[in-house]
Amino acid sequence: MSQLSTAVKPRRNVELALLVLALAVGIGANMMVGVDKEKAFDSDFWFQSSLLAVAALAFHGVLRFRAKYADPVMLPLVVALNGLGLAMIHRLDPPGADTGNNQLRWTLIAMAVAIAVIWFLKDHRILRRFTFISLAASALLLVLPLVPGISAGEILGARVWIRLGPMTFQPGEVAKITLAIFFAGYLSSNRDLILLAGRKLGPLQFPRFKDMGPMIAAWLVSIGVLIFQRDLGSSVLFFGLFIVMIYVATSRISWVVIGLALILGGGFVASRVFSHVEQRINGWLNAFTPEVYENGSRQVIQGLFGMANGGLVGTGLGQGRPDLVPFANSDMIIASLGEELGLIGIFAIVLMYLLLVTRGFRAALGTRDAFGKLLACGLSFAVALQCFVVIGGVTRLIPLTGLTTPFLAAGGSSLLANWIIVGLLLLISHTARGPVDTTPLPPSKGADTTGIDTPTEAVKQA
Amino acid sequence: MNQAIRHSWIAAVAMFALLFGALSFVQVVGADELKANPLNQRAILQNYCSDRGAIIVGGTPVAESVETGSETCKFQRTYPQPELYAGMTGYFSQNYGATGLERAMGEVLTGDSDQLFLDRVGQLFLGNQPKGASVELTIDPELQQLAYSLIPDGQRGSIVVTNPKTGAILAMASKPSYDPNKVAVQDPEAESASINEFLKVPGINLNQNVSGPTGELLAPGSVFKLVDTAAALSSGKYNADSVLPNPAEMPFDGISYRLPNYAGGNCYTRDTASFAFALQQSCNTPFASIALDLGRDAIASQAQKFGFGEDLGDQLKLGYARGDGFPDELDAPGLAQSAIGQKDVRATPLQVNMMTSAIANDGVQMRPSLIKTLRSPDLRVIDEPQPEQLRTSTTPEIANQITDWMVSAVSEGIANRAGVPGVQVAGKTGTAELGDGTNNSWFTGFAPANNPQVSVTIVMEGVDITTGAQLTSPNAKKIFEAVLNK
Repeated sequence: MSQLSTAVKPRRNVELALLVLALAVGIGANMMVGVDKEKAFDSDFWFQSSLLAVAALAFHGVLRFRAKYADPVMLPLVVALNGLGLAMIHRLDPPGADTGNNQLRWTLIAMAVAIAVIWFLKDHRILRRFTFISLAASALLLVLPLVPGISAGEILGARVWIRLGPMTFQPGEVAKITLAIFFAGYLSSNRDLILLAGRKLGPLQFPRFKDMGPMIAAWLVSIGVLIFQRDLGSSVLFFGLFIVMIYVATSRISWVVIGLALILGGGFVASRVFSHVEQRINGWLNAFTPEVYENGSRQVIQGLFGMANGGLVGTGLGQGRPDLVPFANSDMIIASLGEELGLIGIFAIVLMYLLLVTRGFRAALGTRDAFGKLLACGLSFAVALQCFVVIGGVTRLIPLTGLTTPFLAAGGSSLLANWIIVGLLLLISHTARGPVDTTPLPPSKGADTTGIDTPTEAVKQA
Repeated sequence: MNQAIRHSWIAAVAMFALLFGALSFVQVVGADELKANPLNQRAILQNYCSDRGAIIVGGTPVAESVETGSETCKFQRTYPQPELYAGMTGYFSQNYGATGLERAMGEVLTGDSDQLFLDRVGQLFLGNQPKGASVELTIDPELQQLAYSLIPDGQRGSIVVTNPKTGAILAMASKPSYDPNKVAVQDPEAESASINEFLKVPGINLNQNVSGPTGELLAPGSVFKLVDTAAALSSGKYNADSVLPNPAEMPFDGISYRLPNYAGGNCYTRDTASFAFALQQSCNTPFASIALDLGRDAIASQAQKFGFGEDLGDQLKLGYARGDGFPDELDAPGLAQSAIGQKDVRATPLQVNMMTSAIANDGVQMRPSLIKTLRSPDLRVIDEPQPEQLRTSTTPEIANQITDWMVSAVSEGIANRAGVPGVQVAGKTGTAELGDGTNNSWFTGFAPANNPQVSVTIVMEGVDITTGAQLTSPNAKKIFEAVLNK
């Protein structure tokens, strides 16, 4: 294992410079959208732009103060993505609609919550104390949309929303974070047990059946989400999250094999048993057949037409017709951006995601505790998987499922969850990049204190 | 653990690599196929609000894009004389696509044709709004107006006026017509309501492939006798002096059906007839006997030489139905009936006009043309189609012989109401029985016979004999006068 560089430089000024660039991208896009609609530079524009800039700079300030060694690239990447999303949502707003402002409101709320996470949590390792609370929270969050009275009922075929006053919220978005915390806590404590016991079968060492408990649980959660909430995307996301985390915890490829077998088996059965899964797959394979087009694949096909229309350089912001695509500002926002920014623009966006994910993995490599490694890795992979599922669905690489594009798509719950993920990754990167902190955590009331500083390979070899 | 993290990262990178591949495929590699997909309305939609070129008749636009002042749709397609030109312009609709010239000349009108490449490059650098080229038609606006007004409202009919020497279409009118402005609206509901309303009117010319002068296939009736005459003369078996049998009824072996002679003229006065008499009075039995004598193939081949049943492709840029032309399998009564333009013989009004024009033009059929010039946005002429010979339909001698007989049909025969004082008019009438007591009433002819300037074809559908006679030859006279007295 290579020795990780421990250059102890905060790099906050780099972040500030990049942040200015990111704001220029987001606000510039918003301006161009406005220029074309002949309402550039109206009070709305200045109001929105300055709010976004103030929030981003405040976030930067908090990082200077509370996590000065945090990764300097993540925040600018996310601000740029969020700004582009805002611009596109604003551009797609029909006269009178207020989705753009609503998205800005949620952006500010989400940034505030992420700031609060950084401010009050200080150290991600504290989250380990909440391993089983996180499990309970995940279960609660996932069950909420099914509870009568709170549930917002079936929207667009899925039961994933709850009603909070005038708003709807998707608790499943937050559940992916609590689940990641649970997996990270559970696996960092029990990895030795899972690692040592087991039966060898050829080149693969398979775990004992009782160690597969959490995996079975994760599988059940995924299948449960699929059956009861009819949410194929989240189901894939939860399961993928768990597989990658257990793989990182054990370094055993056998887990991945078992995991993939379970997911393929479950998926196959689901496609046979549940009409909504079958419909998705049919809508993917036979998308261009007229009857399928009328009953489901219209969205994808229109998105593909839009992207084809954009071509290499795009129609230019505000010049295309992304409004022809259903859900152009949420599920299909990638198609909208692809049409107006072209292949070049959409490559840049996907590259930003790749950079963000890479910085997350970098934090996982750099941090010294197993819990932090698992959490950072899980969260980063979740973002990557979410991008893959959404963009793959939009480009018809895989069947389209109802996941949101992180930071871009209109929708408060998704923004909130993804900003919290960024907050956590920033915290982890702060410990990863900062000077080695030898002070132990303040003792908690919880029982499980022995495993907190379980050395990982990196430390052992240092 | 770090190794596993790196592997996970590689898995993430692999997913992103797949995304890059998929995006490249959709936006660039497979984009053309997606653009060509019939479900894809974007090409029309994209041009829908752009400054599309005008369709111009006599210096005045009959279809143009005008600025709306709205931000969402900067230009609105309008048709200043909608009903008069709908049959040619077609419509340009957001949800129903484009028809007529709007469709056929789409690339020129949007400015996407290859001829406009340099203009597009210029626009790119100057940052001008893309602007389409305009299409100027060969139509004479006064003649078009006259032709349109000669078809009474509520009457189904078509009038085609061409220059037989060039093939240029001077007027092409049909009723019922419709208002394409009502389809070129931005409200999809109003649009579909209009379309549904139009579709309720029988014979409305929404699609130039299957209706109107260029697309509607009609039984030609007695004007088909010109084909029989040409076939007879070119066979060598007949000449100008041939005497043709002219019984009042023609019997057939084994069946009771008898083909009657035309009741309207003087056919009953003679048992035999010359070509001149038979054409003047439009007798049936002489031509039926010619067809039975020459056989199906000779008639069919002559019909084809006149352009019947030919797929004329996009010569007119309007699209044609492939006419049924002359039927393949015919028994004797069927052949006899077909020879007088009944039964399953079909031709469009334009095809009948082209046959007439070929006779007028010494047997040479010109390619019909509707496009006079294409002009770039700065009014530079970028294309000017030249008259083009389509085919030789018959010899000059035969054409001139038929012309003489057509002249006598006007001067001495039943087409006399088409006569213009001081001008030799050549003409032939036709009455195709529809079987319900009504007829398709035809006139086709040209003038002056010795130096043809104009060729006129009129058909009125579903009329009784008297109305048909009133609406065809006398109207042809008015058109001849309008052209020749200019």
